[in-house]
Amino acid sequence: MDLAAIGGKYAVFVWPAYGVSAGVFAWMIFSTLARGRAARREVERLERERAERAAR
Amino acid sequence: MIAVLANPHRFMAFSRWAAPVLGVAATGLIGVGLWLGLNAPPDYQQGETVRIMFVHVPAAWAAMLAYACLGGASFSSLVFRHAVADAAAKAAAPLGAAFTFAALVTGSLWGKPMWGTWWAWGDSRLVSVLVLFLLFLGYMALRASIEDEAKAARAGEILALVGLINLPIIKFSVDWWNTLHQGESIFRAGGSTLAPVYLLPLALTGFGYMSAFGALWLARTRAEVWRRRALSLTLQAAL
Repeated sequence: MDLAAIGGKYAVFVWPAYGVSAGVFAWMIFSTLARGRAARREVERLERERAERAAR
Repeated sequence: MIAVLANPHRFMAFSRWAAPVLGVAATGLIGVGLWLGLNAPPDYQQGETVRIMFVHVPAAWAAMLAYACLGGASFSSLVFRHAVADAAAKAAAPLGAAFTFAALVTGSLWGKPMWGTWWAWGDSRLVSVLVLFLLFLGYMALRASIEDEAKAARAGEILALVGLINLPIIKFSVDWWNTLHQGESIFRAGGSTLAPVYLLPLALTGFGYMSAFGALWLARTRAEVWRRRALSLTLQAAL
């Protein structure tokens, strides 16, 4: 597959369409993972603090 | 199935393995679909621009699926008060907005060389998809503007349910009105008019995008369940 040949005279429309799609996927994946990681760490921190309070 | 997943513990156990499985399936389907699509011959009418179809149409399908899920989850939350349903509704909105944005931009990039214009206000398909985008943004803005989470959820649920009327309008807009947008060529009586060389990669990328939505939706709903758990623990600590 010759990527440079794909799009021909319309490459200026085809490749930005793929670029926007990739960008949207990148945003969805990273924002979802970051959100999940931050919320899970917060729960872990709060549960640790609760256990410490209960042990005192 | 929905009643089973309404239990937060069962949902977390299910989504823990289902989200990665759907993510792997999405990667494979989209990868193979795009590879086939980029290797397909140029269309006899649309030339190389036909390749935009493999990212435009699946994004539009995923956007509509996201809104259907937003509406379904809102209904479950409003009527049955399922614990996870509101978290699922909230999680679907940003993903739906992102897919709709992708569909609008890639459609515009396809429309310019084929129709000679980036946008047509008189085109019912284009405008109804723009309304879908605004519904997603409106849902998120409405929820963010109300401090009380329960009241924000109720308001969002009502807006989401009212907005469901837009889905059949999008689907049948090309049949009901004259539009620049081409008519239905895949899900039509008498079978698809799309050549198999394009239909297969489109089906693969279509299922891939919908699997990706499923994976991200589950992961985002999990994050929302975690966030609510953190909020509950913070309140317990404050008492």
